[in-house]
Amino acid sequence: MTQGVAQPLKIKVPLSREDVQRLKAGDIVHLTGAVLTGRDAAHKRMYDLLEKGEPLPVDLKGQVIYYVGPAPAKPGQVMNSAGPTTSSRMDKYSPRLIEEGLTGMIGKGYRSDAVVEAMKKHGCVYFAAVGGAAALIAKSIKKSEVLVWEDLGTEAVRRMEVENFPAIVIIDTEGNDLYKIGREKYGKPG
Amino acid sequence: MREIQAKLITGAVRQMCIDANTDIGDDILGAFDRAKSTEESPLALNIIGQIEENATIAARDKMPYCQDTGFSCFMVDIGQDVHVTGGGIEDAINEGVRQGYNDGYLRKSILNDPIERKNTGDNTPAHIHVDIVPGDRLHIKFSAKGGGSENMSQLAMLKPSDGLDGVKKFVVKVASEAGPNACPPIIVCVGIGGTFDGAALMAKRGVFREAGKPNPDPFYAKLEQELLARVNDLGFGPQGLGGRTSALAVHVEAAACHIASLPVAVNIQCHAHRHREVTL
Repeated sequence: MTQGVAQPLKIKVPLSREDVQRLKAGDIVHLTGAVLTGRDAAHKRMYDLLEKGEPLPVDLKGQVIYYVGPAPAKPGQVMNSAGPTTSSRMDKYSPRLIEEGLTGMIGKGYRSDAVVEAMKKHGCVYFAAVGGAAALIAKSIKKSEVLVWEDLGTEAVRRMEVENFPAIVIIDTEGNDLYKIGREKYGKPG
Repeated sequence: MREIQAKLITGAVRQMCIDANTDIGDDILGAFDRAKSTEESPLALNIIGQIEENATIAARDKMPYCQDTGFSCFMVDIGQDVHVTGGGIEDAINEGVRQGYNDGYLRKSILNDPIERKNTGDNTPAHIHVDIVPGDRLHIKFSAKGGGSENMSQLAMLKPSDGLDGVKKFVVKVASEAGPNACPPIIVCVGIGGTFDGAALMAKRGVFREAGKPNPDPFYAKLEQELLARVNDLGFGPQGLGGRTSALAVHVEAAACHIASLPVAVNIQCHAHRHREVTL
C-alpha cells in the first residue's frame, strides 16, 4: 500500500514551535498525543468571544485543532467514524485563532490567502486527513471527551487522544502548498 | 389498486440508510480497482489504498464509511395503481430515516432552518422527490449525500450560442474549482437542458446512478467519457494531492429545453457514493 511513499514522520501533538518549522508541504505524518476538535459552530463561538474581548474556555497555545463532527459512538465504542470536514468554512475564523497560539489545523481542502498569511506570520501548519476515510481514522483515536459546548452535539469542542493519526502536511509555514504542487505535476493542459 | 403498507416502506428505508452508509457498493470498489492500473502518483496510490482499507473497516465493523452520513435524499417512482395504507408516504420515509440514523449510529446533520440552524436530532426531514409512473410498484432510491461535495456544485444558464463547447467548459471548470474540497476522486453529475430546477434535478439523479454506468444515449455516453478524460487531465487527483484519478465517473442526463435556454447543472459527488434502491 505504501509503494514509493516515504515512511510517515512521527510527530507529537500538541505541536512545538520547533516541529512546526520543521514540517514541510508534502510530509506524510503520524500524529500522536492530543488534539482539540471544532468545526463551524464552535469556531463561530470562539471567534465571537475573542471579538468581545472575552477569554476562551480552552487555551489554544501550541494546540492542533481537528475539523471534525464525529458520528455518534456506539455503546462501548471509543470513537465512531471521524474524518475531516472542509476547512474553508473555518477560514473566516482561523487567522484570529492562529493569533491566539494555534500551531496546527487538520481538515481537507483549500485555505484562503488570509489564513496562509497568518500561518506564515505566527507559525502554524495545515494538515489534511483523508476525507471519507472516517472509519480508518477513528481507529487512531484512543480517547475522546467533550471539553466545552456539549450543546453543540457533534460540533462540540473535544479533546481527542490520538496514536499514529494519519495526515499529510498541505501548507507549511513558508506558504508552500501541496495542492498546487501536486496539481502542477500531474495536470495536462486541456 | 395494489396496497402497500406504510410500515413496509419505513422498514425498507431504515435498512437502506444503514446499508448504504456502512457498505460502499461494488461500483465504487470496482472503480478504485481500475484506477489503480492507471494512476501514476505513488501518493495517490497510497491514498486509494487508505480509502479501500476504510471501506473494509466500515463494512466489517458496521461503521459509517464517512462521518458525514449525508442529507437523506430519495427519488421515488410510485406506480399510479399503488395505494399506500396506514399513513402517508413521506411520513413513512421520514420515519425510516429516523430509525435508520438512530439505530445505525449515523450522524444527524440536518438543521431546522438555514438561518436559525438548530439540529433536528434525527436527520429528518429527508429530501424526497416523487414521480408518478405507470404500474403498481413502488421504487425507492436512496442517496446519503455529503455536504462537502454538495457545496462545490454549481448551475449556469448558458446561452444557446455557447453550445456543446460551453457546456464542456463549464463542467470542467466546476470540477476544477471543486478540487480537494469535494473529497476526490469525485463523480461529476451533470444535467443539461430542461428548466433551472429541472437541470439541477437531472444532475442530482446522477448521485443515485451506479458509478460509471453510461447514459443509454450513445451521444451522451461518449460525452461522459470525454468529460471524464478532461477532468482527469486537471491532475488534482485523489484528495487533491496530485494524480491521474481526479474523477471516477461522469454522469450526464439531458432533457428538452426552451428555445432561449441552455441550462447546465453540475452536482458534485464525493467518492463516498452511497446509494441503494428497493422495489416494493
